[in-house]
This record gives sequence, C-alpha cells and structure tokens, in this order.
Amino acid sequence: MDGPQDEFAIRVRDLVVGFGRQTVLDHLSLDVRRGEILGLVGASGGGKSVLMRTIIGLIPRRSGTIEVMGQSASGHGRSAATAWGILFQQGALFSSLTVRQNVQFPLRENLVLSQELMDEIAIAKLEMVGLRAEDADKYPAELSGGMTKRVALARALALDPPILFLDEPTSGLDPIAAGDFDVLIKTLQRTLELTVFMVTHDLASLTTVCDRVAALADGKIVAIGPMRELLQSEHPWVRAYFHGKRSQMLQHEMR
Amino acid sequence: MNHEPLLLATPSGDELKLRPEGPWTAANVVTLETLSRSVGADVDRSRAVTLDMSGVSALDTLGAWVLEKLSRRAALSGRSAEFVGVADHFSGLMDEVRQVNRHTPAPAAAPNPVLARLGDLGKSTVGAREDITIFLQMLGALFMAVAGVLRRPRSLRLTSLVYQLYRIGWQAIPIVALITFLIGAIIAQQGFFHFRRFGAESYTVDMVGILVLRELGVLIVAIMVAGRSGSAYTAELGSMKMREEIDALSTMGLDPVDVLILPRVAALVIALPILTFIGSIAALYGGGLVAQFYGDMGPAIYIARLHEAISVTHFEVGILKAPFMALVIGIVACSEGLRVKGSAESLGRQTTTSVVKSIFLVIVLDGLFAVFFASIGM
Repeated sequence: MDGPQDEFAIRVRDLVVGFGRQTVLDHLSLDVRRGEILGLVGASGGGKSVLMRTIIGLIPRRSGTIEVMGQSASGHGRSAATAWGILFQQGALFSSLTVRQNVQFPLRENLVLSQELMDEIAIAKLEMVGLRAEDADKYPAELSGGMTKRVALARALALDPPILFLDEPTSGLDPIAAGDFDVLIKTLQRTLELTVFMVTHDLASLTTVCDRVAALADGKIVAIGPMRELLQSEHPWVRAYFHGKRSQMLQHEMR
Repeated sequence: MNHEPLLLATPSGDELKLRPEGPWTAANVVTLETLSRSVGADVDRSRAVTLDMSGVSALDTLGAWVLEKLSRRAALSGRSAEFVGVADHFSGLMDEVRQVNRHTPAPAAAPNPVLARLGDLGKSTVGAREDITIFLQMLGALFMAVAGVLRRPRSLRLTSLVYQLYRIGWQAIPIVALITFLIGAIIAQQGFFHFRRFGAESYTVDMVGILVLRELGVLIVAIMVAGRSGSAYTAELGSMKMREEIDALSTMGLDPVDVLILPRVAALVIALPILTFIGSIAALYGGGLVAQFYGDMGPAIYIARLHEAISVTHFEVGILKAPFMALVIGIVACSEGLRVKGSAESLGRQTTTSVVKSIFLVIVLDGLFAVFFASIGM
C-alpha cells in the first residue's frame, strides 16, 4: 500500500483563499510528508492560520485542491473527526464539561463503546499527555494555561487521528512549560506515528521538534526544508525572519 | 489483508495463547469489546497467558489498551502474562499504554445526605447574606459616584449616559407601548365581561384607570425593562469582566463604577419613569378602544368617567415607584455582571440570576410600596 501517493499526508495544490477583495493565499502549494513534524512560519496576519483552517475545512477555498491522506478533503463532516485532531490556540475546551468529559466527547460522538472503556481511555490519554487521573474531574476554568493545552491535546488525540494540527501550541506558555510541551509532542508523534502540522512563532520549537519548516510569505510558500536549509535561504522575508536580532540570539546557542 | 479484527484463543494445558489479528483500532471498538469479553473467562481459568501480537495489522491507543487490559486481568491474580511478537512500530505505543491507568485516585467519600442538605442550607444562607452585602456595597459605591459628580459636574460621562438612554429608553418605547396597550385592552375586556352581569359596566373604567396608574403600568414596564435592559447590562459587564477590560480600566486609575455603572444606572433611573408614563397612557388607550368596540362606551364618556375615577394621586403613586425600581434593577444587573467569572457558562448563569433576582425584587418592592402608600393614605 505504500504507493507514491501515500508518501504525503497532506497535499495542497494551487490553493487560493480570500475574503472580499483581499487574497490571502495565492496559488499556494504545500506537501506534508507522512510521519513528519512540519512547522509553518509566517508574518502575523499573513495567512498561517487561514491555511490551517482551510485545510481542516473551516474556511472555504476559491480554487485549488487539498488532499488529506490521499483523499480529497471536502468540508468537515463526521469522518473528519477521525482523520485529524486539532489543538486550537486557546485550547477551545468545552467550558461546561469536565476534563474527563471533554476528552470523552469525540469518543462518545463517534464510537459505540462501554462507559467503563471510555473512562479508561480518557484517563489513558490524560496520562499520555502528562496529566494525572486526579485532574479528570476539574473544569476547564480551574486549569492553568499549560494544563489547558495538555487537555486540549488529549482531546485532539482521543480518536488516534493520523494527523495532528497545532495552532501555536506553545504560545502563552512559559519557556519551561513550552519546552516540556515540545518534548511531549515529539514523544507522542513517535509513539503514535503522527503527522504533525504546526503553526508556530516559537523559534525554539522550530529548531528542536520540527523535521521541516515551511515559510509563508505573500500568500505563497517561499521556502521549505529542514531548519538548516531555511537558514541559508536567500528570500528577503525568510532572511529577515531568521536573521533578525531575536532569532540571532537563539541560533547562537544552536551552534 | 484483514478488515475485521479477530482474537484467536488456543488453550494448551494451563496455558492460554491469544493471537489478536487484523486492525485493532478505535473504528472497530464494538468488535474489540466483544472479543475481549469473550475470552475473559478463558483468561481467568489459565495459569499463564501469552499474547502473540504478530498478526496485528494496525493498532491504536484504544486497541492497545484493550489488549493491555487482558494482560492485566491475568497479571492481577498473580499469573504470568506476556506479549510476544510485538512489531517494532507498535512497541512504543505498547510501552506507553503499559504505563497508564496504573493508579486510581481515591474516590471522594460520599457525603452524608443529611449533612449535605444542612451544608447546602448553610451555604445558601451565607450566599443570601453575601447578596445583601454586595447590593449595599454597590448602592454605596453609586452614592459615592453621584456625590463625586455633584462636586465636579464635568466628571459625569454625558456621552455614555445619553447613549444608554437611547438604548434602554428610546429603543424600548415601541415594545413597551405595545405590551401595555394589550394589557390595558385585556383588563378592560375582562372588566366589561364580568361587570356586565351585575350592571356595573361603567366601573370598568375606574378599575382600568386605578389599576393601570397605580400598579400595573409601572410593574409591567419594570419587569420588561429588567428582562430587556437588565440582562443586557449583565451580559455586557460580564463579558467585559471576562476580557479583563474592567481590570484595564482600574489600572488606568479610573473607577469602573464611575465609567460604566453610573451612566447605566442613571439612564435606567431616568428612563423607567418616562417608559412608565408612556406605558400607562398606552394601557389607558387600549382600555378606551375596548370600551368603544366591546363595551359600547364612546370616547367622550370614557374620558369623562376616567376624569372622575382617577386623581393625580394615583398617577403619583405609580410614577414615584418607577425610579426606585430602576435603581434596584440597575444595581442587581451591574453587580451580577461584575460577578461573572472566566467561563461562558458563568456568564449565562449570572445573566439568568440577574433577571430572576431583579424581577423578584421589583415585585417585593411593589408590595412594600403598597403597604407604605396605604399607611400614609395615598
């Protein structure tokens, strides 16, 4: 079954997305390989989140094709829930449900299984993302930022989707929590053999966890490749992004 | 390739060999649960259990957990259980699953029902006291704000006040007029229908006039304003609280009571008497229309009867109550808004509480006023 088309988890071809007169993504093409962690960088308001939301079907596209796991993606139906898990920037946990119920929600809606097994799976997922069984009965309002992200990750992984979308997973976390979260994503990606599509500004996560990095500028992917290759890129925006003062400091430590 | 998961059980002596096959994934969870249940008894009977994983074509957390549970069931009673032939790409997941669900949190002790009931009673008593405190604090803060405005009239937020007046006064006129018109008409119809039996039809006008001017006009309008504007205040202030806008105001050295709450409550206190007046007139008009078309009483007679039946006192009794009711609605709505916590659910709960509480207090206040006016002979 490992044909050439199976090499890619997500294939985006000639994607055009715009609002009103404004074109945000202009004939954008991007391939995400199976089992890799792809980081997407771009200017704030440059269309990173729009690209992610278009792939998962939240924003309609003007033209172009999107294939997810070899199948043309069309909107977001029930089947989408098993195809991918999404970690929203603010977690997007349902505030009226406990942590346990949040993680069980996708299971309950998509599968028929006993309450006992559902409880065990929920706890298993929570422990896999580094939380304890005691946290299961808390409400989202009682959680810290890092815990919220972990619960949201557990919920995104509830159905063991092959693809995981992360929207700025480390934003709003302190460097220690962000580092732990990066390690967690890397570990889970290895154990569950996930393909991870990560929108991020965090240069540390780009260098430590991402296999490849794609740079989005002017509505197109202007550079894609491992971090080392991107650092060599001649594109002016990519140079400005990775060779600005803030970036220089981080890269210094990398060498 | 297998598309249905299987679980082959081969007992050999005391030993049980289990061989899961096919895709052990969440999509097949119904089959997986049935399979694992069907071999449960066999597992309990055998001394040693071996799980041969070589036939598994796909595995996810759920499938791995179901298998791990079988092996734990065997291990629980001190028998040996082991996995063999775990493919390389599943070993990480199997190792991970072996770590989870190892400890169960101590279940919370079930509370004594009598004690729990008593606890609830105590909590609501304390809650009621807290409600009163918050109400009085808000009232005090408002008086301080008013005093501040009297000392420096320029500090009044005039733009905000006018805007709130427009929203809760001007924009409320059509619906207030419509509802009170209908209420007036209904009362008049009922009066004519029932008083006709003993020939007291002309007293319908007295009833409509007194009832509308003293009680119903102000009560109906206050309840509508509590539902329409009080809930809006709570939701606005609550979402501002959630987005830390109120904290931002405080850090800029501004008092949220001055900036947000005083203009809102003041607008209510100004608007409610006006709306009450409009509502009462609309109700009397509705009564007049019913008198003409249902009670065969022309407008001239209706107005003459009304003139005899009511005095300025009745009107005063009604309109005097309006500002106090507005104050209660405003204070409840604003203080409930400030009690909103982080979640969307709390915003909804506080808005409901605000409307329920302000309608309740408006009716209680109306009762107190009835006693008061009766005792001073108005």
